[in-house]
Amino acid sequence: MGAEFVQLSLTPILIGVLSAIACALPGNFLILRRQALIGDAISHVVLPGIVVAFLVTGSLASLPMLLGAAGAALVAVVLIETVRRLGRIEPGAAMGVVFTAMFAGGVLLLEQSDTSGVHLDVEHALMGNLESLIWFDATGWGSLLDPAALAGLPPELPRIALVAAVMTMLMLVLWRPLKLSTFDEGFAATLGLPVRLIGLGLVAASAVAAVAAFDAVGSIIVIAMFICPPATARLVTERLERQVAWSTVFAALSAVLGYVLAGYGPQWFGAINAVSAAGMIATVSGVILAIACLFAPHRRRVGQPMA
Amino acid sequence: MAMRARDRIELVQGREAEAAARAEAARAAMALREITVSYGESPAVFSVDATFPRDSLVAIVGPNGAGKSTLLKAALGVVPRLSGTVTVFGTPLERARERVAYVPQRASVDWDFPTRVIDVVMMGLYRELGLLGLVRASHRERALACLARVGMTDFATRQIGQLSGGQQQRVFLARALAQGADLYLLDEPFAGVDAATEKAIIDVLKELKGEGRTVVCVHHDLATVADYFDRVLLINTRRIAEGPVAEVFTAENLQATYGGRLASAHIDQLRLSEQG
Repeated sequence: MGAEFVQLSLTPILIGVLSAIACALPGNFLILRRQALIGDAISHVVLPGIVVAFLVTGSLASLPMLLGAAGAALVAVVLIETVRRLGRIEPGAAMGVVFTAMFAGGVLLLEQSDTSGVHLDVEHALMGNLESLIWFDATGWGSLLDPAALAGLPPELPRIALVAAVMTMLMLVLWRPLKLSTFDEGFAATLGLPVRLIGLGLVAASAVAAVAAFDAVGSIIVIAMFICPPATARLVTERLERQVAWSTVFAALSAVLGYVLAGYGPQWFGAINAVSAAGMIATVSGVILAIACLFAPHRRRVGQPMA
Repeated sequence: MAMRARDRIELVQGREAEAAARAEAARAAMALREITVSYGESPAVFSVDATFPRDSLVAIVGPNGAGKSTLLKAALGVVPRLSGTVTVFGTPLERARERVAYVPQRASVDWDFPTRVIDVVMMGLYRELGLLGLVRASHRERALACLARVGMTDFATRQIGQLSGGQQQRVFLARALAQGADLYLLDEPFAGVDAATEKAIIDVLKELKGEGRTVVCVHHDLATVADYFDRVLLINTRRIAEGPVAEVFTAENLQATYGGRLASAHIDQLRLSEQG
Protein backbone atom coordinates (compact mmCIF):
# COMPACT_ATOMS: atom_id res chain seq x y z
CA MET A 1 0.00 0.00 0.00
CA GLY A 2 2.80 2.44 0.99
CA ALA A 3 4.71 2.62 -2.26
CA GLU A 4 1.63 2.62 -4.44
CA PHE A 5 0.00 5.30 -2.30
CA VAL A 6 3.03 7.60 -2.45
CA GLN A 7 3.35 7.12 -6.19
CA LEU A 8 -0.30 7.43 -7.19
CA SER A 9 -2.23 9.26 -4.51
CA LEU A 10 0.08 11.37 -2.33
CA THR A 11 0.79 14.17 -4.82
CA PRO A 12 -2.81 14.52 -6.08
CA ILE A 13 -4.05 14.68 -2.49
CA LEU A 14 -1.41 17.27 -1.54
CA ILE A 15 -2.17 19.36 -4.62
CA GLY A 16 -5.88 19.11 -3.90
CA VAL A 17 -5.39 20.15 -0.27
CA LEU A 18 -3.09 23.08 -1.12
CA SER A 19 -5.38 24.31 -3.91
CA ALA A 20 -8.35 24.14 -1.58
CA ILE A 21 -6.52 26.08 1.14
CA ALA A 22 -5.17 28.70 -1.28
CA CYS A 23 -8.73 29.43 -2.46
CA ALA A 24 -10.42 29.14 0.94
CA LEU A 25 -8.14 31.73 2.61
CA PRO A 26 -9.19 34.73 0.48
CA GLY A 27 -12.68 33.21 0.24
CA ASN A 28 -13.23 34.03 3.93
CA PHE A 29 -12.97 37.73 3.23
CA LEU A 30 -14.82 37.62 -0.09
CA ILE A 31 -17.81 36.09 1.68
CA LEU A 32 -17.81 38.68 4.46
CA ARG A 33 -17.57 41.44 1.85
CA ARG A 34 -20.57 40.01 -0.02
CA GLN A 35 -18.28 39.31 -2.97
CA ALA A 36 -18.43 35.53 -2.83
CA LEU A 37 -19.24 35.24 -6.52
CA ILE A 38 -15.99 36.90 -7.49
CA GLY A 39 -14.30 33.52 -7.13
CA ASP A 40 -16.83 32.08 -9.53
CA ALA A 41 -16.37 35.02 -11.87
CA ILE A 42 -12.57 34.84 -11.85
CA SER A 43 -12.49 31.14 -12.62
CA HIS A 44 -14.72 31.72 -15.64
CA VAL A 45 -12.86 34.72 -16.99
CA VAL A 46 -9.53 32.96 -16.60
CA LEU A 47 -10.28 30.35 -19.27
CA PRO A 48 -10.09 32.52 -22.42
CA GLY A 49 -7.04 34.27 -20.95
CA ILE A 50 -5.24 30.99 -20.46
CA VAL A 51 -6.18 29.72 -23.90
CA VAL A 52 -4.97 32.92 -25.56
CA ALA A 53 -1.75 32.82 -23.52
CA PHE A 54 -1.20 29.23 -24.66
CA LEU A 55 -1.87 30.09 -28.31
CA VAL A 56 0.59 32.97 -28.15
CA THR A 57 3.41 31.26 -26.27
CA GLY A 58 2.73 27.63 -27.09
CA SER A 59 3.45 26.54 -23.54
CA LEU A 60 1.61 26.00 -20.28
CA ALA A 61 4.27 27.70 -18.15
CA SER A 62 3.03 29.60 -15.09
CA LEU A 63 3.99 33.12 -16.04
CA PRO A 64 2.27 33.32 -19.42
CA MET A 65 -0.79 31.63 -17.89
CA LEU A 66 -0.90 34.20 -15.11
CA LEU A 67 -0.41 37.11 -17.51
CA GLY A 68 -3.12 35.73 -19.79
CA ALA A 69 -5.49 35.39 -16.86
CA ALA A 70 -4.68 38.89 -15.64
CA GLY A 71 -5.25 40.28 -19.15
CA ALA A 72 -8.58 38.49 -19.35
CA ALA A 73 -9.58 39.91 -15.96
CA LEU A 74 -8.76 43.40 -17.20
CA VAL A 75 -10.81 42.89 -20.35
CA ALA A 76 -13.65 41.61 -18.18
CA VAL A 77 -13.59 44.70 -15.96
CA VAL A 78 -13.71 47.02 -18.98
CA LEU A 79 -16.50 44.97 -20.59
CA ILE A 80 -18.57 44.94 -17.39
CA GLU A 81 -18.28 48.71 -17.06
CA THR A 82 -19.21 49.14 -20.73
CA VAL A 83 -22.21 46.82 -20.54
CA ARG A 84 -23.36 48.46 -17.34
CA ARG A 85 -23.18 51.98 -18.77
CA LEU A 86 -24.44 51.34 -22.28
CA GLY A 87 -27.08 48.84 -21.20
CA ARG A 88 -28.02 50.79 -18.05
CA ILE A 89 -28.36 47.58 -16.05
CA GLU A 90 -27.28 46.72 -12.55
CA PRO A 91 -23.65 45.63 -11.96
CA GLY A 92 -24.59 42.04 -10.98
CA ALA A 93 -26.34 41.43 -14.27
CA ALA A 94 -23.52 43.01 -16.23
CA MET A 95 -21.04 40.71 -14.44
CA GLY A 96 -23.14 37.64 -15.15
CA VAL A 97 -23.35 38.43 -18.86
CA VAL A 98 -19.66 39.15 -19.25
CA PHE A 99 -18.37 36.16 -17.29
CA THR A 100 -20.52 33.56 -18.98
CA ALA A 101 -19.88 35.08 -22.41
CA MET A 102 -16.12 35.10 -21.85
CA PHE A 103 -16.15 31.53 -20.55
CA ALA A 104 -18.17 30.42 -23.56
CA GLY A 105 -15.75 32.29 -25.81
CA GLY A 106 -12.89 30.48 -24.11
CA VAL A 107 -14.54 27.11 -24.72
CA LEU A 108 -15.04 27.90 -28.43
CA LEU A 109 -11.46 29.09 -28.75
CA LEU A 110 -10.24 25.93 -27.07
CA GLU A 111 -12.18 23.67 -29.40
CA GLN A 112 -10.97 25.48 -32.52
CA SER A 113 -7.31 25.48 -31.59
CA ASP A 114 -4.83 22.62 -31.66
CA THR A 115 -4.14 21.72 -28.06
CA SER A 116 -3.79 18.01 -28.61
CA GLY A 117 -0.18 18.04 -27.42
CA VAL A 118 -0.98 19.45 -23.99
CA HIS A 119 -3.43 19.04 -21.18
CA LEU A 120 -5.74 21.83 -22.20
CA ASP A 121 -9.29 21.01 -23.18
CA VAL A 122 -12.77 21.78 -21.96
CA GLU A 123 -12.88 18.83 -19.60
CA HIS A 124 -9.53 19.83 -18.14
CA ALA A 125 -10.71 23.40 -17.68
CA LEU A 126 -13.70 22.22 -15.69
CA MET A 127 -12.28 19.32 -13.73
CA GLY A 128 -8.51 19.68 -13.91
CA ASN A 129 -6.35 16.62 -14.13
CA LEU A 130 -5.81 15.80 -10.49
CA GLU A 131 -5.71 12.02 -10.97
CA SER A 132 -2.94 12.28 -13.56
CA LEU A 133 -0.59 14.28 -11.35
CA ILE A 134 1.21 11.20 -10.15
CA TRP A 135 4.78 10.94 -8.92
CA PHE A 136 6.46 8.44 -11.26
CA ASP A 137 9.83 8.53 -9.54
CA ALA A 138 8.51 7.59 -6.11
CA THR A 139 9.20 4.14 -4.76
CA GLY A 140 7.81 4.60 -1.27
CA TRP A 141 7.80 7.00 1.68
CA GLY A 142 11.60 7.05 1.53
CA SER A 143 11.40 8.99 -1.74
CA LEU A 144 10.35 12.06 0.22
CA LEU A 145 14.00 12.27 1.35
CA ASP A 146 15.52 11.36 -1.99
CA PRO A 147 16.55 14.46 -4.01
CA ALA A 148 16.54 12.56 -7.31
CA ALA A 149 12.98 11.37 -6.78
CA LEU A 150 11.87 14.78 -5.50
CA ALA A 151 13.09 16.36 -8.74
CA GLY A 152 10.50 14.24 -10.52
CA LEU A 153 7.57 15.71 -8.58
CA PRO A 154 4.83 17.09 -10.81
CA PRO A 155 5.58 20.83 -11.19
CA GLU A 156 2.02 21.66 -10.12
CA LEU A 157 2.87 20.68 -6.53
CA PRO A 158 5.67 23.19 -5.81
CA ARG A 159 3.73 25.83 -7.74
CA ILE A 160 0.54 25.53 -5.70
CA ALA A 161 2.58 25.08 -2.50
CA LEU A 162 4.28 28.40 -3.18
CA VAL A 163 0.96 30.13 -3.83
CA ALA A 164 -0.60 28.66 -0.68
CA ALA A 165 2.44 29.74 1.34
CA VAL A 166 2.39 33.28 -0.07
CA MET A 167 -1.35 33.48 0.56
CA THR A 168 -0.86 32.43 4.18
CA MET A 169 1.97 34.93 4.67
CA LEU A 170 -0.04 37.79 3.18
CA MET A 171 -2.98 36.94 5.38
CA LEU A 172 -0.84 36.91 8.53
CA VAL A 173 0.99 40.16 7.74
CA LEU A 174 -2.04 42.09 6.48
CA TRP A 175 -4.47 40.59 8.97
CA ARG A 176 -5.36 43.79 10.82
CA PRO A 177 -6.00 46.09 7.85
CA LEU A 178 -7.82 43.29 6.05
CA LYS A 179 -10.12 42.56 8.97
CA LEU A 180 -10.69 46.23 9.79
CA SER A 181 -11.51 47.33 6.26
CA THR A 182 -13.73 44.30 5.72
CA PHE A 183 -15.75 45.05 8.85
CA ASP A 184 -15.95 48.84 8.59
CA GLU A 185 -14.50 50.39 5.46
CA GLY A 186 -15.52 53.95 6.33
CA PHE A 187 -13.83 53.82 9.72
CA ALA A 188 -10.74 52.20 8.20
CA ALA A 189 -10.52 55.04 5.68
CA THR A 190 -10.50 57.64 8.48
CA LEU A 191 -7.47 55.89 9.98
CA GLY A 192 -5.67 56.51 6.70
CA LEU A 193 -5.87 52.91 5.48
CA PRO A 194 -5.85 52.54 1.68
CA VAL A 195 -9.21 50.76 1.66
CA ARG A 196 -9.64 50.66 -2.13
CA LEU A 197 -6.16 49.22 -2.57
CA ILE A 198 -6.91 46.58 0.07
CA GLY A 199 -10.13 45.60 -1.73
CA LEU A 200 -8.31 45.43 -5.05
CA GLY A 201 -5.44 43.49 -3.52
CA LEU A 202 -7.86 40.93 -2.14
CA VAL A 203 -9.41 40.40 -5.56
CA ALA A 204 -5.95 40.19 -7.13
CA ALA A 205 -4.81 37.64 -4.53
CA SER A 206 -7.97 35.64 -5.19
CA ALA A 207 -7.20 35.73 -8.90
CA VAL A 208 -3.67 34.38 -8.31
CA ALA A 209 -5.07 31.57 -6.16
CA ALA A 210 -7.72 30.82 -8.76
CA VAL A 211 -5.25 30.67 -11.63
CA ALA A 212 -2.79 28.49 -9.73
CA ALA A 213 -5.51 26.10 -8.58
CA PHE A 214 -7.34 26.17 -11.92
CA ASP A 215 -4.30 24.73 -13.64
CA ALA A 216 -4.19 21.70 -11.35
CA VAL A 217 -7.74 21.08 -10.27
CA GLY A 218 -10.06 22.91 -12.68
CA SER A 219 -12.70 25.53 -12.16
CA ILE A 220 -15.23 23.35 -10.31
CA ILE A 221 -12.97 23.07 -7.27
CA VAL A 222 -11.96 26.71 -7.45
CA ILE A 223 -15.57 27.85 -7.28
CA ALA A 224 -16.46 25.42 -4.49
CA MET A 225 -13.37 26.16 -2.38
CA PHE A 226 -13.82 29.93 -2.44
CA ILE A 227 -17.22 29.52 -0.83
CA CYS A 228 -17.90 26.20 0.90
CA PRO A 229 -15.07 25.91 3.49
CA PRO A 230 -15.32 29.56 4.66
CA ALA A 231 -19.12 29.40 4.78
CA THR A 232 -18.91 26.17 6.80
CA ALA A 233 -16.32 27.72 9.12
CA ARG A 234 -18.53 30.76 9.70
CA LEU A 235 -21.17 28.40 11.11
CA VAL A 236 -18.91 26.82 13.71
CA THR A 237 -17.40 29.94 15.27
CA GLU A 238 -18.10 33.60 16.04
CA ARG A 239 -14.53 34.82 15.66
CA LEU A 240 -12.82 35.63 12.39
CA GLU A 241 -9.43 34.27 13.54
CA ARG A 242 -11.00 30.88 14.23
CA GLN A 243 -13.18 31.04 11.14
CA VAL A 244 -10.12 31.32 8.88
CA ALA A 245 -8.37 28.49 10.75
CA TRP A 246 -11.44 26.27 10.49
CA SER A 247 -11.86 27.08 6.80
CA THR A 248 -8.42 25.58 6.07
CA VAL A 249 -9.41 22.49 8.06
CA PHE A 250 -12.63 22.08 6.08
CA ALA A 251 -10.81 22.75 2.80
CA ALA A 252 -8.23 20.04 3.57
CA LEU A 253 -10.92 17.65 4.78
CA SER A 254 -12.93 18.13 1.57
CA ALA A 255 -9.88 17.53 -0.58
CA VAL A 256 -8.74 14.37 1.21
CA LEU A 257 -12.19 12.89 1.68
CA GLY A 258 -13.26 13.82 -1.85
CA TYR A 259 -10.17 12.28 -3.43
CA VAL A 260 -10.48 9.05 -1.46
CA LEU A 261 -14.21 8.75 -2.13
CA ALA A 262 -13.71 9.40 -5.84
CA GLY A 263 -10.95 6.81 -6.10
CA TYR A 264 -12.29 4.07 -3.88
CA GLY A 265 -15.96 4.92 -3.29
CA PRO A 266 -17.31 3.46 -6.54
CA GLN A 267 -15.52 0.16 -5.79
CA TRP A 268 -17.33 -0.10 -2.48
CA PHE A 269 -20.58 0.02 -4.41
CA GLY A 270 -19.42 -2.57 -6.94
CA ALA A 271 -18.63 -0.14 -9.73
CA ILE A 272 -15.37 -0.53 -11.59
CA ASN A 273 -14.36 2.99 -12.62
CA ALA A 274 -13.40 5.81 -10.27
CA VAL A 275 -15.35 9.09 -10.56
CA SER A 276 -13.88 12.56 -11.10
CA ALA A 277 -11.87 13.60 -8.04
CA ALA A 278 -12.55 17.30 -8.69
CA GLY A 279 -16.28 16.71 -8.85
CA MET A 280 -16.21 14.59 -5.71
CA ILE A 281 -14.09 17.10 -3.74
CA ALA A 282 -16.50 19.91 -4.62
CA THR A 283 -19.48 17.71 -3.73
CA VAL A 284 -17.95 16.74 -0.38
CA SER A 285 -17.34 20.41 0.47
CA GLY A 286 -21.00 21.08 -0.26
CA VAL A 287 -22.13 18.15 1.88
CA ILE A 288 -19.96 19.35 4.78
CA LEU A 289 -21.55 22.79 4.45
CA ALA A 290 -25.03 21.23 4.47
CA ILE A 291 -24.22 19.25 7.61
CA ALA A 292 -22.90 22.42 9.27
CA CYS A 293 -26.10 24.26 8.31
CA LEU A 294 -28.12 21.63 10.17
CA PHE A 295 -25.97 20.98 13.22
CA ALA A 296 -23.31 23.69 13.71
CA PRO A 297 -23.41 25.75 16.93
CA HIS A 298 -23.55 29.20 15.29
CA ARG A 299 -26.05 28.75 12.56
CA ARG A 300 -27.11 32.13 11.22
CA ARG A 301 -29.89 33.42 13.39
CA VAL A 302 -31.96 34.50 10.45
CA GLY A 303 -35.18 36.15 11.50
CA GLN A 304 -34.44 35.86 15.19
CA PRO A 305 -35.07 39.13 17.02
CA MET A 306 -32.00 40.85 18.39
CA ALA A 307 -31.61 40.44 22.14
CA MET B 1 1.93 102.12 -12.50
CA ALA B 2 0.87 103.32 -9.11
CA MET B 3 -2.14 101.67 -7.58
CA ARG B 4 -5.04 103.86 -6.76
CA ALA B 5 -5.44 104.41 -3.06
CA ARG B 6 -8.87 102.78 -2.91
CA ASP B 7 -7.69 99.63 -4.64
CA ARG B 8 -4.80 99.41 -2.29
CA ILE B 9 -7.07 99.70 0.73
CA GLU B 10 -9.37 96.99 -0.65
CA LEU B 11 -6.41 94.73 -1.28
CA VAL B 12 -5.17 95.19 2.27
CA GLN B 13 -8.65 94.62 3.65
CA GLY B 14 -8.96 91.47 1.55
CA ARG B 15 -5.67 90.19 2.86
CA GLU B 16 -6.72 90.97 6.40
CA ALA B 17 -9.97 89.07 5.94
CA GLU B 18 -8.03 86.15 4.50
CA ALA B 19 -5.56 86.23 7.36
CA ALA B 20 -8.41 86.40 9.88
CA ALA B 21 -10.06 83.37 8.26
CA ARG B 22 -6.77 81.50 8.36
CA ALA B 23 -6.24 82.38 12.00
CA GLU B 24 -9.77 81.24 12.82
CA ALA B 25 -9.20 77.97 10.97
CA ALA B 26 -5.97 77.44 12.89
CA ARG B 27 -7.73 77.95 16.22
CA ALA B 28 -10.69 75.74 15.31
CA ALA B 29 -10.79 71.98 15.84
CA MET B 30 -12.00 71.64 12.24
CA ALA B 31 -12.57 74.15 9.49
CA LEU B 32 -14.31 73.30 6.21
CA ARG B 33 -14.03 75.66 3.25
CA GLU B 34 -16.30 75.43 0.20
CA ILE B 35 -16.85 71.68 0.44
CA THR B 36 -18.70 70.30 -2.59
CA VAL B 37 -19.56 66.63 -3.04
CA SER B 38 -21.51 65.03 -5.84
CA TYR B 39 -22.60 61.42 -6.22
CA GLY B 40 -24.34 61.87 -9.54
CA GLU B 41 -25.42 64.85 -11.55
CA SER B 42 -26.63 67.11 -8.77
CA PRO B 43 -24.42 67.94 -5.79
CA ALA B 44 -25.16 66.32 -2.41
CA VAL B 45 -23.25 69.07 -0.63
CA PHE B 46 -22.63 72.43 -2.30
CA SER B 47 -19.91 74.84 -1.27
CA VAL B 48 -20.41 74.43 2.47
CA ASP B 49 -18.28 76.42 4.90
CA ALA B 50 -18.21 75.43 8.54
CA THR B 51 -16.00 76.02 11.54
CA PHE B 52 -16.15 73.80 14.60
CA PRO B 53 -14.38 75.66 17.43
CA ARG B 54 -12.39 73.71 20.01
CA ASP B 55 -14.15 72.70 23.18
CA SER B 56 -17.63 72.70 21.65
CA LEU B 57 -20.52 70.29 21.15
CA VAL B 58 -21.92 70.82 17.65
CA ALA B 59 -25.05 69.45 15.97
CA ILE B 60 -25.31 69.18 12.19
CA VAL B 61 -29.03 69.46 11.47
CA GLY B 62 -31.05 69.26 8.27
CA PRO B 63 -33.73 67.22 6.50
CA ASN B 64 -33.18 63.72 5.10
CA GLY B 65 -30.93 63.81 2.06
CA ALA B 66 -29.58 67.23 3.00
CA GLY B 67 -26.00 65.97 2.85
CA LYS B 68 -25.27 65.83 6.61
CA SER B 69 -23.56 62.42 6.59
CA THR B 70 -21.95 63.19 3.26
CA LEU B 71 -20.43 66.36 4.69
CA LEU B 72 -18.86 64.39 7.56
CA LYS B 73 -17.55 61.70 5.22
CA ALA B 74 -16.16 64.27 2.81
CA ALA B 75 -14.49 66.12 5.67
CA LEU B 76 -12.74 62.87 6.63
CA GLY B 77 -11.92 61.82 3.08
CA VAL B 78 -14.18 58.75 3.24
CA VAL B 79 -15.96 60.02 0.13
CA PRO B 80 -14.10 62.11 -2.46
CA ARG B 81 -14.93 65.80 -2.64
CA LEU B 82 -15.13 67.77 -5.85
CA SER B 83 -13.63 70.82 -4.18
CA GLY B 84 -12.92 72.39 -0.84
CA THR B 85 -10.31 72.24 1.87
CA VAL B 86 -10.34 70.66 5.31
CA THR B 87 -8.18 71.92 8.15
CA VAL B 88 -7.90 70.00 11.41
CA PHE B 89 -6.28 71.80 14.35
CA GLY B 90 -4.64 74.15 11.88
CA THR B 91 -3.06 71.45 9.69
CA PRO B 92 -4.26 69.32 6.77
CA LEU B 93 -6.23 66.24 7.82
CA GLU B 94 -3.48 63.82 6.72
CA ARG B 95 -1.15 65.21 9.38
CA ALA B 96 -3.74 65.11 12.18
CA ARG B 97 -5.53 61.81 11.62
CA GLU B 98 -4.62 60.48 15.05
CA ARG B 99 -6.45 63.45 16.62
CA VAL B 100 -9.74 62.62 14.89
CA ALA B 101 -12.20 59.82 15.74
CA TYR B 102 -15.14 58.88 13.53
CA VAL B 103 -18.29 56.97 14.48
CA PRO B 104 -20.11 55.86 11.30
CA GLN B 105 -23.81 55.16 11.16
CA ARG B 106 -24.58 51.93 12.96
CA ALA B 107 -26.37 50.51 9.93
CA SER B 108 -23.29 50.98 7.73
CA VAL B 109 -21.65 47.75 8.92
CA ASP B 110 -22.64 44.08 9.02
CA TRP B 111 -23.26 43.22 12.67
CA ASP B 112 -23.24 39.51 11.83
CA PHE B 113 -19.48 39.89 11.31
CA PRO B 114 -17.64 37.19 13.30
CA THR B 115 -15.99 39.27 15.99
CA ARG B 116 -16.44 40.16 19.64
CA VAL B 117 -17.25 43.45 21.33
CA ILE B 118 -13.72 43.80 22.76
CA ASP B 119 -12.19 43.21 19.30
CA VAL B 120 -14.24 46.06 17.82
CA VAL B 121 -13.08 48.42 20.58
CA MET B 122 -9.47 47.30 19.97
CA MET B 123 -9.86 48.48 16.37
CA GLY B 124 -9.70 51.97 17.84
CA LEU B 125 -6.09 51.23 18.79
CA TYR B 126 -5.12 50.39 15.19
CA ARG B 127 -2.87 53.37 14.62
CA GLU B 128 -1.04 52.64 17.84
CA LEU B 129 -0.65 48.91 17.21
CA GLY B 130 0.20 49.23 13.54
CA LEU B 131 0.53 46.28 11.23
CA LEU B 132 2.22 43.77 13.50
CA GLY B 133 2.41 45.43 16.92
CA LEU B 134 1.86 43.16 19.87
CA VAL B 135 -1.38 43.49 21.78
CA ARG B 136 -0.35 43.98 25.39
CA ALA B 137 -2.33 43.68 28.58
CA SER B 138 -2.30 47.48 28.83
CA HIS B 139 -4.08 47.77 25.46
CA ARG B 140 -6.74 45.34 26.59
CA GLU B 141 -7.21 47.25 29.84
CA ARG B 142 -7.66 50.49 27.94
CA ALA B 143 -10.26 48.91 25.69
CA LEU B 144 -12.09 47.59 28.74
CA ALA B 145 -11.96 51.04 30.36
CA CYS B 146 -13.58 52.51 27.24
CA LEU B 147 -16.29 49.86 27.40
CA ALA B 148 -16.83 50.74 31.06
CA ARG B 149 -17.35 54.40 30.12
CA VAL B 150 -20.33 53.43 27.97
CA GLY B 151 -21.58 50.83 30.47
CA MET B 152 -20.79 47.78 28.33
CA THR B 153 -18.15 45.98 30.42
CA ASP B 154 -20.30 42.88 30.84
CA PHE B 155 -20.58 42.42 27.08
CA ALA B 156 -16.86 42.40 26.24
CA THR B 157 -16.73 38.81 24.99
CA ARG B 158 -20.12 38.75 23.25
CA GLN B 159 -20.37 38.41 19.51
CA ILE B 160 -21.48 41.81 18.21
CA GLY B 161 -24.58 40.41 16.51
CA GLN B 162 -26.03 39.50 19.91
CA LEU B 163 -26.31 43.15 20.94
CA SER B 164 -29.32 45.44 20.69
CA GLY B 165 -29.14 48.51 18.48
CA GLY B 166 -28.39 50.75 21.42
CA GLN B 167 -25.65 48.46 22.68
CA GLN B 168 -24.07 48.36 19.22
CA GLN B 169 -24.04 52.15 19.15
CA ARG B 170 -22.30 52.21 22.54
CA VAL B 171 -19.64 49.79 21.27
CA PHE B 172 -18.99 52.13 18.34
CA LEU B 173 -18.62 55.03 20.75
CA ALA B 174 -16.23 52.96 22.91
CA ARG B 175 -14.10 52.28 19.83
CA ALA B 176 -13.90 56.02 19.17
CA LEU B 177 -12.97 56.64 22.83
CA ALA B 178 -10.14 54.10 22.46
CA GLN B 179 -8.69 56.31 19.73
CA GLY B 180 -8.05 58.98 22.36
CA ALA B 181 -8.81 61.73 19.85
CA ASP B 182 -9.39 65.45 20.37
CA LEU B 183 -12.13 65.74 17.75
CA TYR B 184 -15.04 63.29 17.56
CA LEU B 185 -17.30 63.14 14.51
CA LEU B 186 -20.43 61.03 15.02
CA ASP B 187 -22.98 60.15 12.34
CA GLU B 188 -26.46 59.93 13.88
CA PRO B 189 -25.34 58.44 17.23
CA PHE B 190 -28.88 58.65 18.62
CA ALA B 191 -30.67 57.00 15.70
CA GLY B 192 -32.79 54.04 16.79
CA VAL B 193 -31.36 53.73 20.29
CA ASP B 194 -33.21 53.21 23.57
CA ALA B 195 -33.61 56.01 26.13
CA ALA B 196 -30.95 54.56 28.47
CA THR B 197 -28.41 54.47 25.63
CA GLU B 198 -29.26 58.00 24.55
CA LYS B 199 -28.60 59.18 28.11
CA ALA B 200 -25.35 57.18 28.33
CA ILE B 201 -24.10 58.58 25.02
CA ILE B 202 -24.90 62.22 25.68
CA ASP B 203 -23.29 61.93 29.13
CA VAL B 204 -20.07 60.69 27.54
CA LEU B 205 -20.18 63.39 24.86
CA LYS B 206 -20.60 66.09 27.51
CA GLU B 207 -17.70 64.58 29.48
CA LEU B 208 -15.56 64.79 26.35
CA LYS B 209 -16.41 68.45 25.94
CA GLY B 210 -15.66 68.92 29.63
CA GLU B 211 -12.18 67.58 28.94
CA GLY B 212 -11.69 70.29 26.30
CA ARG B 213 -12.40 68.05 23.32
CA THR B 214 -14.68 68.81 20.40
CA VAL B 215 -17.71 66.73 19.44
CA VAL B 216 -19.67 67.05 16.18
CA CYS B 217 -22.85 65.00 15.68
CA VAL B 218 -25.12 64.57 12.72
CA HIS B 219 -28.42 64.90 14.57
CA HIS B 220 -32.02 64.49 13.50
CA ASP B 221 -34.06 65.10 16.64
CA LEU B 222 -34.86 68.80 16.70
CA ALA B 223 -36.44 68.49 20.15
CA THR B 224 -33.12 67.72 21.85
CA VAL B 225 -30.82 70.13 20.00
CA ALA B 226 -31.08 72.87 22.63
CA ASP B 227 -30.54 70.41 25.50
CA TYR B 228 -27.59 68.53 24.08
CA PHE B 229 -25.57 70.95 21.97
CA ASP B 230 -24.07 74.40 22.26
CA ARG B 231 -23.57 75.05 18.54
CA VAL B 232 -25.55 74.07 15.46
CA LEU B 233 -24.87 73.90 11.73
CA LEU B 234 -28.05 73.95 9.65
CA ILE B 235 -27.63 72.57 6.15
CA ASN B 236 -29.74 71.58 3.21
CA THR B 237 -27.18 70.83 0.51
CA ARG B 238 -25.99 74.40 1.13
CA ARG B 239 -25.18 75.94 4.45
CA ILE B 240 -28.21 77.73 5.90
CA ALA B 241 -26.79 78.99 9.18
CA GLU B 242 -24.07 78.24 11.69
CA GLY B 243 -23.37 79.42 15.21
CA PRO B 244 -24.35 79.11 18.88
CA VAL B 245 -27.69 77.37 19.38
CA ALA B 246 -29.03 80.46 21.17
CA GLU B 247 -28.47 82.61 18.08
CA VAL B 248 -28.96 80.26 15.17
CA PHE B 249 -31.59 77.69 16.17
CA THR B 250 -34.53 79.93 15.31
CA ALA B 251 -37.89 79.29 13.69
CA GLU B 252 -36.87 81.38 10.72
CA ASN B 253 -33.68 79.40 10.08
CA LEU B 254 -35.46 76.08 10.56
CA GLN B 255 -38.10 77.11 8.06
CA ALA B 256 -35.31 78.00 5.63
CA THR B 257 -33.63 74.62 6.24
CA TYR B 258 -36.66 72.38 6.06
CA GLY B 259 -38.83 74.44 3.71
CA GLY B 260 -42.45 73.48 3.77
CA ARG B 261 -41.61 70.08 5.20
CA LEU B 262 -41.61 71.31 8.76
CA ALA B 263 -45.08 72.39 9.84
CA SER B 264 -45.20 75.63 11.78
CA ALA B 265 -47.12 73.79 14.49
CA HIS B 266 -44.10 71.52 14.88
CA ILE B 267 -41.79 74.48 15.13
CA ASP B 268 -43.97 75.96 17.86
CA GLN B 269 -43.42 72.89 20.01
CA LEU B 270 -39.65 73.18 19.87
CA ARG B 271 -37.74 75.08 22.48
CA LEU B 272 -36.31 77.65 20.17
CA SER B 273 -33.98 80.48 20.91
CA GLU B 274 -36.60 83.21 20.49
CA GLN B 275 -38.69 81.80 23.29
CA GLY B 276 -35.62 81.70 25.49
